[in-house]
Amino acid sequence: MAHAPERSRPLSPHLQIYKPQITSVLSILHRITGVINMGGLLILAAWLIAASISDNAYAQMQWLMGSLLGMAALVVWSWTVFYHLCNGIRHLFWDMGKGFEIAQVTRSGQIVLLVSGLLTVITWAIAAQG
Amino acid sequence: MRDYRTPTARVKGLGSAHEGTGHWLSQRFSAVALVPLTLWLMISLASHLGDTRAEIQQWLSNPLVAIVFTLGLIAAFYHARLGIQVVIEDYIHDKAAKIVSLLGMQFMLLAFGVGAVFAVWKMALG
Repeated sequence: MAHAPERSRPLSPHLQIYKPQITSVLSILHRITGVINMGGLLILAAWLIAASISDNAYAQMQWLMGSLLGMAALVVWSWTVFYHLCNGIRHLFWDMGKGFEIAQVTRSGQIVLLVSGLLTVITWAIAAQG
Repeated sequence: MRDYRTPTARVKGLGSAHEGTGHWLSQRFSAVALVPLTLWLMISLASHLGDTRAEIQQWLSNPLVAIVFTLGLIAAFYHARLGIQVVIEDYIHDKAAKIVSLLGMQFMLLAFGVGAVFAVWKMALG
């Protein structure tokens, strides 16, 4: 294809043009949390492998996960897992053709935020119980 | 609107790329499986967070735990592979970089996934 001469043309509006809305923000969050969840999955695998190798390897992994950074990562990861889970169920309903009205989309998005937050709190309450 | 597709094409249900439906369905199947598996896994991991190594081994030595844990790992790694594949395909346009990323991602997930499942069963049976 011949290279078109440089001309000043109007560009179609992109992300920065639009005001962030619950629909668009939750949508990109699904993808972002999905990628973070893969990272968490790799850490879970590393934790299991360490536990299967030796007391020393497991102790090092527990120290790492028990550090401030490790705990912060686990808290973030637990929420991203629950967010992706809840929003994934929202997607499954859409796949069945349900819940496409704007009011419903807004409401289901709010429910996803609420439930994923609640599940995170419940999980850490359980963790605190030992 | 008139359908210009042949009856065979319609039965196969594939678009012009001749793929995609399978990927889409696999992502949904693994997603549905992951709803109960993830809830179980997260609650279980939370209650075993500060366990000693012996306690983890004791927990995994229950066959039901080892089996459900394995199912969860398989579904999660498979679902991750499908999802990350789409992310790579969407954002990496250079052909060589795309192929390298896709291969690297799949090898990495396969290696960690097999490692995790092996670790579970080594402890379950050990």
